[in-house]
Amino acid sequence: MIRKALWLSATSVFLTLFTVGGHAEDRVVNVFNWSDYIDSSIIDDFTKKTGIKVVYDTFDSNEILETKLLAGGSGYDVVVPSGNFLARQIQAGVFQKLDKSKLPNISNMWDTVSERTAKYDPGNEYSVNYMWGTVGLGYNIKKVQAALGTDKIDSWDVFFNPDSLAKLKDCGVYVLDSPADIIPAALKYLGLDPNSTSPDDIAKAEEALLKVRPYIRKFHSSEYINALANGDICLAVGWSGDVFQARNRAVEAKQGVEIGYSVPKEGAQMWFDQMAIPADAPHVAEALEFINYMMTPEVIAKSSNYVLYANGNKASQQFVDKALLDDPSVYPDAATLQKLYTVQPYDPKTQRLITRSWTKIVTGQ
Amino acid sequence: MSNAAVTASAPATNSDKSILARLGAAFVGRLVIIVPYVWLLFFFLVPFIIVFKISLSQTAIAMPPYTPVLDFKDGISGFFAGFGALSFDNYAWLTQDALYFNAYVTSVIIAAISTVLTLIVGYPIAYGMARAPATIRPTLLMLVILPFWTSFLIRVYAWIGILKPEGLLNQLLLATGIISQPLIILNTYTAIFIGIVYSYLPFMVLPLYSSLEKMDYSLIEAAKDLGCPPTSAFWKITFPLSLPGVIAGCLLVFIPAVGEFVIPDLLGGSQTLMIGKTLWNEFFANRDWPVSSAVAVILLLLLTVPIMFFQQAQARAQEQDK
Repeated sequence: MIRKALWLSATSVFLTLFTVGGHAEDRVVNVFNWSDYIDSSIIDDFTKKTGIKVVYDTFDSNEILETKLLAGGSGYDVVVPSGNFLARQIQAGVFQKLDKSKLPNISNMWDTVSERTAKYDPGNEYSVNYMWGTVGLGYNIKKVQAALGTDKIDSWDVFFNPDSLAKLKDCGVYVLDSPADIIPAALKYLGLDPNSTSPDDIAKAEEALLKVRPYIRKFHSSEYINALANGDICLAVGWSGDVFQARNRAVEAKQGVEIGYSVPKEGAQMWFDQMAIPADAPHVAEALEFINYMMTPEVIAKSSNYVLYANGNKASQQFVDKALLDDPSVYPDAATLQKLYTVQPYDPKTQRLITRSWTKIVTGQ
Repeated sequence: MSNAAVTASAPATNSDKSILARLGAAFVGRLVIIVPYVWLLFFFLVPFIIVFKISLSQTAIAMPPYTPVLDFKDGISGFFAGFGALSFDNYAWLTQDALYFNAYVTSVIIAAISTVLTLIVGYPIAYGMARAPATIRPTLLMLVILPFWTSFLIRVYAWIGILKPEGLLNQLLLATGIISQPLIILNTYTAIFIGIVYSYLPFMVLPLYSSLEKMDYSLIEAAKDLGCPPTSAFWKITFPLSLPGVIAGCLLVFIPAVGEFVIPDLLGGSQTLMIGKTLWNEFFANRDWPVSSAVAVILLLLLTVPIMFFQQAQARAQEQDK
């Protein structure tokens, strides 16, 4: 109560200052998105069009975002968590339902994506898709060719088969430090349900990963972009868009490094980053305007062309660069799309099991 | 306060003005001591109590992610009812998995080795500074502090560029023909030690310098006159006299190094299990604020209890000297 009273008085002081200053027309929206995840001209265009000032802040892990949201009072109006995190956050009461009447552009959305995001956010009541992608294999074409005698990488076998990975050990293998992305991939490779929460299945996945562990140089969720681009490593299990960024940086650097990305034929995890509004957001009207603007076909296409991820907006596809739209590793064809799977959030008990298992895989303890 | 009042009222025969002045001075004197205590109360004790309280709670899928929250939503009785739900289960949990014990031990070992290495590197630097002509000492001091002007994170990143397989160090060694294969230093324990020694060196050098600078050099001259060789003069005179600096420097390096997170994360390999990373996992990956708070409380005890014993021992030793 005391806290509430303090807040109320602080807010009223703030509001008084606000109106006395005569800047009541200064509308603001506080956006918290992933780093390197937007063409910054979009933000300028939005401000020019609506007069709403955008305070844009970035994060680089779902865990950091989640901790801020769970602590409450983050002050953000639009945040972009990934699907499985979003699902748990909705359960914790972090978000508010979107007022769809304020989001006319929602008709542009792509049902193929919406059907899948509904698994995390039933009825898509709390969120709309920003970008989506896959978890696959990023590799240095020349180095892999030299080590394996082929540059055709289309299977998880390259990674999960100890004989093959041993050959890549010396040129360097990085893996996402994210159990929720890697353990389902191991389950899929073993022919098990990637969503399995059975301790036996998780133990099997752990065993498969421990077999290849000696050949992995590092588990990290962002360093592989630079490491791939600089030619420091030859294989990374990573997020599609990050690998494309590495590919572009390598092209810009002109050091002869060529990066490829493959969606393994056994199937890969599909992930979604969803725009949502926290329950305690201070500027809800502006947040809705921002989300609606981001669903404008030309705008979201511009963002996709910049960050190289597919978006969940059907109408935007005519504005997406042809090369990107035709790239099956970005916009998979129908057959590949069939094989992609989604991962449900873990309950606290399974989460603990997975984290413990992961610590054992990563540190050997 | 009552003592002060008694002593202040005793010389009441003097003029009222001097009593007021005395009272005022006593008050100001106390105020000066109160400020740091208030600081410690609000910025150490209160946060610690909050963390301790969370460590006795249970996780929940809610905001914040634990129960009971202990607020006054249900009035005073609701606040006190929450106490019943507190338990030491999370501490019991820490003993059930060897992971936590191993992480604490690894952290302490890594910090101890790094501290010794920092001392070995830092002592000659501090000694050289203290023996340098007085005119250039401020410049040398400045050079030690200068790296602080660049962000710590950027300096650690710079070490990635130096240590990586195609990095500056390997290029140099390969070009000079000292090695034929690039050394793998990055992502190993060696890289962690290099990172910690580099980052914490000023914390070792500065206290060492201040105790060495105060030393009376004529003691060494006297030793030399009496035929003592330089090495034993160092071990018998210089080193014991610089001991307060050595201890202060070692504590300043050891304590933050135990909880170090950034350096092992960036320079170390994935196999490095340190308590900072374990805490991160509990807090962010498991979303288990109570267990991570318990890990933090134990870490604090692990660090403060030995230091308190050490200080007591030191105080006793000083009393015996008198």
